[in-house]
Order: sequence, then structure tokens, then C-alpha cells
Amino acid sequence: MEQFVNTLFNGISLSSIILLTSIGLAITFGLMRVINMAHGEFIMIGAYMTYVVQEIFYRFVPSGFQDIYYFIAIPVAFLVTFMLGSLMEKFVISRLYGREIDSLLATWGISLILQQTARSIFGTQGVNVNAPSFLKGGITIGGCTFSYNRLFIILMVALCLFCVWFIMYKSNFGKQMRAVMQNRTMAQCMGINSRRVDNITFSIGSGLAGIAGCSIALLGSIDSTVGQSYIVNSFMAVVLGGVGKLLGTVIGSVIIGSASIFTENYTSSTIAKAIVLLIVIIFLQKRPQGLFVIKSRNLDE
Amino acid sequence: MKKKMFSKIMSVLSAMTIGISLTACGSEPTASDSDTVKVGLLHSLTGSMAISEKSVRDAEVLAIEEINSAGGVLGKQIKYVEEDGASEPSTFATKAEKLIDSEKVATIFGCWTSSSRKAVKPIVEDYNALLWYPVQYEGMESSKNIIYTGAAPNQQIVPAIEYLIEQGYTKFFLLGSDYVFPRTANMIINAQLKNAGLEVVGEEYADMDQTDFSAIISKIESAKPEVIINTLNGTGNVSFFKQMSEKNYTSDDYMTMSFSIAEEEVATIGANILQGHLVSWNYYQTTETDKNTAFVDAYKAKYGNDRVTSDPAEAAYDAVYLWKEACEKANSFEVGDVVSAIEKGDISFDAPEGTVTINGENHHLSKPVRIGEVGTDGLIHEIYATEAVEPDPYLTTYDWAVSAGIQPLE
Repeated sequence: MEQFVNTLFNGISLSSIILLTSIGLAITFGLMRVINMAHGEFIMIGAYMTYVVQEIFYRFVPSGFQDIYYFIAIPVAFLVTFMLGSLMEKFVISRLYGREIDSLLATWGISLILQQTARSIFGTQGVNVNAPSFLKGGITIGGCTFSYNRLFIILMVALCLFCVWFIMYKSNFGKQMRAVMQNRTMAQCMGINSRRVDNITFSIGSGLAGIAGCSIALLGSIDSTVGQSYIVNSFMAVVLGGVGKLLGTVIGSVIIGSASIFTENYTSSTIAKAIVLLIVIIFLQKRPQGLFVIKSRNLDE
Repeated sequence: MKKKMFSKIMSVLSAMTIGISLTACGSEPTASDSDTVKVGLLHSLTGSMAISEKSVRDAEVLAIEEINSAGGVLGKQIKYVEEDGASEPSTFATKAEKLIDSEKVATIFGCWTSSSRKAVKPIVEDYNALLWYPVQYEGMESSKNIIYTGAAPNQQIVPAIEYLIEQGYTKFFLLGSDYVFPRTANMIINAQLKNAGLEVVGEEYADMDQTDFSAIISKIESAKPEVIINTLNGTGNVSFFKQMSEKNYTSDDYMTMSFSIAEEEVATIGANILQGHLVSWNYYQTTETDKNTAFVDAYKAKYGNDRVTSDPAEAAYDAVYLWKEACEKANSFEVGDVVSAIEKGDISFDAPEGTVTINGENHHLSKPVRIGEVGTDGLIHEIYATEAVEPDPYLTTYDWAVSAGIQPLE
């Protein structure tokens, strides 16, 4: 029983981490159909921003208040990646709409540039973010230890999901966004500034990657390649869930996260990775459009 | 008319300057060749291994600069050419070939992971070049063209396990990254523990870039070992120890004995997480020798006060000095001459860890073994040490290893 609860929690925790790194992707890739290879690097930038804010606090803030650095780091990480995303959309992506392969190559180039920049600024050595003291350790209930920062990440995912859901389905901007993504020409006819909508949508997706970076900084060390280790799982989650649907991404992440943990429990981590990929391949053979599909009257869908 | 004349003169003049600069260029390499000698540095400056290899590279550069300011080797200044192995064995192989074939270096100092060394090995053997490998490793190898300045298994792994057995540990869990060093190391440890009649309760391997260790940690929890033998390498160590500490585990719950955590890694992971855990090396920053005080001071003066020295960095520093010594004994930079000087078995260096001597037969160093404990100050403190131990990469002097028939993994 203990073992089962433990595995279940580990599964949920890994799913939440994958989900957090893929919400942004669900927007940029899922909604906008931009294959953004630099998404992993936005995660890395978010993680480094957490480190930068932490260092500033260690230097300039009295020791009693240092723990609040993390709450400052989250909006900072969001804003920085939001701005970078906006710039990238304006100068690169917007020129490549409808040319998916070209945008894939361009964003891959950007990802290499960003990695090298991080290396030049922060060095090749990994840096470490100390979890604020209230996130250190874990709570033990009946023989199972639930670590605070994993619980915190689950909470954060829920919050991000709620915000994205609210923006997409409840706000005026969300209505415009969905209109543009579904039928650009018609939306333009109705007086929606589609350029502005594209830009903000892409920026929000990038900003969410920044928040993800903030969270994964708690779990390991940060170096210039940290985003790369998460990006594959994120793309898989979005594709598996069905491109364009938020709920799909949630379920996709849960499937990949729990499948990894459960298979790893009975095999080794390398085999687990292979098995998860196999599951995804077989699934996409049977259902190439993913779990959920948006009903559309478009002829080519 | 005047104008034409002027342009003519100008063209002649410019032709002359070009000619002069061309001859200058042409004569430059030979001039520099007569008073410099080129060596190659081949480490990962990017990728998952960069965290560890940077310090090794820095120690090599420090040794080169020290030697240069003391007059160089055989009267020549050392000039180093640097290549990035990018944590990819195949990149290591191509870059090694480039250093040897197009840069014509006299020797290469490089590699960290065994996979990168195994990728470079056939290249240095084909070209009859020389590689100085500065990291402890799993043994089961010896090449005419490689000098191993880190520990062989009988100078790190075997004594560490002996120490743990002496301390009364009985249940062992083996955890490593999934590549040749941890797999061979664990094969040796399995044979050694079986011989001692002790139990291995689990053996797990993590991917090199794995970030989530929760499944492995729950396997450790259900196996209930007394000590974890940790051969994780690179960034995996940070994730593993951070995620152990999120579950409130300290060295009192699960003691670990690590073979790839040195001072650099302690700084990245955090002393508060690692304190009390054990490591096994031949050198620590706190090692008390006069040479070490000078080495640590020089390293900190060059790279900053917050930098720490470590066993691989020290072994890399020794490598450059040992190469100098061998060249001087051979009175040549030719690989053949240098290797035959080394094989006489009397190339030694008064190193920060104590005097080290290259064993002429197997190209490894004799060196002392030290077990250390991570302190709250982020440094590693020696709790047990031996005299210099002769290298035995194939463990032929250990009956249990011979009877278990340990073979190299290829």
C-alpha cells in the first residue's frame, strides 16, 4: 500500500512537471502550430532567472527575508521569457507563418544561440538554486514522504492551468485568440488585429515556459542544456494529447508521466524510456490526430 | 601624367608590402616551431560533463603556465590548442584526430568519461600519439599510448569497499549512470562483496541526462540498504541528492559512498545536503602537503577564491608535469622516445597528493588512497588514508577478482 501510494505520488509529480513544461508548448505548438525548438531554452532562461533573483537577494536583502526571493523570481521569470517570446515572434516567427519546417530550423538556431549565450554569461558549470526554507524537506504521512517542492509544483501547475483556461475561454482576449487560430481571415474581417493576437499568444506560451523553468530549478542543477532534457517529453505530451486542446495536453502529460514511473518501477530507467516511446508510437499509429480533436469544418483537417 | 606616375609608384609600393608581408607569414611557423611546442587539451566545455571537466582543463592550463614561466620544457614554451569534446564520445574521437593530424600536437591531455577515453583510444593508437587521462576509472585497460594519472580500481573502489566492510556495513545498493565506468565498477564491487559474503540489495542505472530520480529513490526505499555505492556522473548527482534531501533523508538514513563527487560537485550540490556522506579519492583540497598549499594558492589566485581544487584537477595538473619530466628524461618530444622513457618506470613527480610514479608496465600511477567525509564547510576531510598503492588495473593480485573472471566491458 505504502509502495503504491508512493508510486502514485511520484507518477502525479512527474506528470505535473511534464505538464508544466508543456502548457506553454500547448499554446505555441498546439494552438499556433509553430514548432518552437527554443521552447526548452525559455525553460532554461526561467531557471536562470530564478538563480539571478536568488543571488541578488543573497547580496542585498537581510537574511530574514531571503526566502521571499522565490515569489519574486516567478513573475520575473515570466516577464523575461514573455518579452523574449514577444521579440522572437515579432522578428522571426511572424515572417515564417505557414512555413513549419522553416520555423523549425530558425527556432532551432535560436535555441543554439540562447544556449551559447547562457554559457557565456553563467559559465559551463551548473548553478544551484536553494529551495526557500518552507519548501525544503517533506511531510511524512503513514510512511510516505511527500516532498514540499513537488507538492508546490503540483499546485503551481493547477494555478497555471486555471489561468490559461480563464484567459482562453473566459476572457475577451481568449475569444479573439481562438477566433484567429480557427479562421484567421474571418477574424480579420471582424476587426481583430490578428498580428497583435499572434504576438501576445506566443508571448504567453513563452512566459509559461519561464514559470516551468522556475519550478524545475528546485529539482536539479541548472545549466545551459537543462531545457533539452524536458523538451522531448513536452512535445510528446502535446502530440499525444491532440494538438490544439488544453485537456489533451493534461491527459497526455499524465499518461507519459505515470507510464514512465510505473514502467521504471519494474524495469530500469533506460528501458522505461524506450517503453514509453513505444507506447506513444503505437498510439499515434492508431490515432495520428491524438486523443482529442477539435471539431472543425475545415476541409484539410 | 603626374597622376599616372603616382599610381604606378603606389602599385609598386603595395606590391612590395604584400611581398614582404607574405615572406613574413611564410617564415613565422618555422620560427615559432623552434621555441614552442604544441599540446592539445580535449575536454567537454559543453554538455552534461562540462560541470566536471572545466576544472580539469583549468588545472592543465595552470600547470602549462607555471612550466612556461619556469622556462618551459627542453627550452621550449608550451602552446596549447583547445578543442571541445561536447560530452559526446564521437565528438571526442573526431577532435582527437583533428588535434593529432592537422594541429600536429606533441601530446593530448584530455577526456573524463570512460566512453570518451574509449572513443579516443583507437585514434591515439593508430596515429601512435600520446593521451594523458586524468580521471579515476574502472580499470581493465592499459594502452601503450595512454598514461592514466587517475586511480585504477584498486586505488579507489576496492579500498573504499574494504573500508565500508571494516566499518560493519552489510547491505549495499549500487547506483550509477548508465555507461561503462559504473557498470564495470559495479561488476568489481559485486565480486568483492560476494567474496566477503555480503549482500547487494539492488543495482540501478540512471540515464546520463536523467532529471527525475523518484522511481529510483522508491526502489532504494523498498530495498532498505545501509549504504549506497554511488557512481552517478555529471548533473545526475545534483538531481539525485537534491531529491533525496526533499524526502528528508540524510547520511544517517542512507550513507552514500561516491566515486565521482569531488569538491566541485559538493559546491554545486550544496554542503548542507551532502554533509556526512563519504567519498573515495587520492587527493582532497584539504590534503596536508607543502606542494598542495602552493597548488591550491596558485589555483585560487588564477581562477578566483571561490574555486576549489579536486582529485581529477590535481591528477590533470600532475599529468602535465609528468609529461614534462618524461620529455626531459627522453630529451625529445617524439612519442616513441617519451613512451620508452616512461617505460623505464622512473618518471615521478612530487605532486600535491604526495609523490607519484608512473608504473612502466601498465602506464598507471602509484598513489595513496584517501577516504573522505564531506564537511559543513563544503570541503572534504580525510578520515582514513593509506601509503602509496601500486596500480593494478586488471586486479590480478586479488584472488576474488581473478576467480570471478572479471573481464573488460566493451
